[in-house]
Amino acid sequence: MTRAAPEQASADPRDEIVEHLPAMRAFAMSLARNSAQADDLVQDAVVKAWSNFDKFKVGTNLRAWLFTILRNTFYSARRKSGREVADVDGIMAGGLASKPDHDGRLALADFQAAFATLPDEQRETLWLVGALGMSYDEAAETCNCAVGTVKSRANRARARLAELLHLKDDEELELTDQSTMAVVAASITPLG
Amino acid sequence: MKEQEKQANEGLRRQIDENLRRVFQAQVEEDVPDRFTDLLKRLREQDSRNGTAE
Repeated sequence: MTRAAPEQASADPRDEIVEHLPAMRAFAMSLARNSAQADDLVQDAVVKAWSNFDKFKVGTNLRAWLFTILRNTFYSARRKSGREVADVDGIMAGGLASKPDHDGRLALADFQAAFATLPDEQRETLWLVGALGMSYDEAAETCNCAVGTVKSRANRARARLAELLHLKDDEELELTDQSTMAVVAASITPLG
Repeated sequence: MKEQEKQANEGLRRQIDENLRRVFQAQVEEDVPDRFTDLLKRLREQDSRNGTAE
């Protein structure tokens, strides 16, 4: 038995943090684009969340709260380091253009590589609404911005990915040499 | 950029979101490294030592 404080006869809400770790790691990966940095980011965010847990309103959305801390940690670290380009797993490691196979795994890697070239705000937004299925409202709250901004970022991100991967409406995602080259070219060209 | 470039249409949106979910699914299925469960354990121990558990 854990020795809970008297006012917490029921479960400690902090026990729920562990349940959000997989999603936090995935979100961190979409921001940092590098697994080592992503896990450092999650670690920093967990420590911050723990020490500021008195600011969390019990009964509200813990996941959104943790994500907000995570992204704030990411952006403040990025501001401090002044680093524009992170070490992006997969892209810098090369191999992307080597074998544009049609097997799902490689296509997934190419998709991730294209995703990694998007600007920070677009990756974050598209990940929240597209991968995680957050509502625009919830994503706006998490990112502390307007709903319209979330929609516009998500749309621009999707349009850019479609362009990079040469996707056409109602066609199966098919990765060709050409689209792979486009991804490589895009990863080299700095995006605004 | 032109308005039409900003708007990913429904079919594209579906394809892209499906891929995003596949990426996400692969990531969340990874085992969480021990460093995180260890970290939470340490934080809790720290709190009980300091008597600041709230």
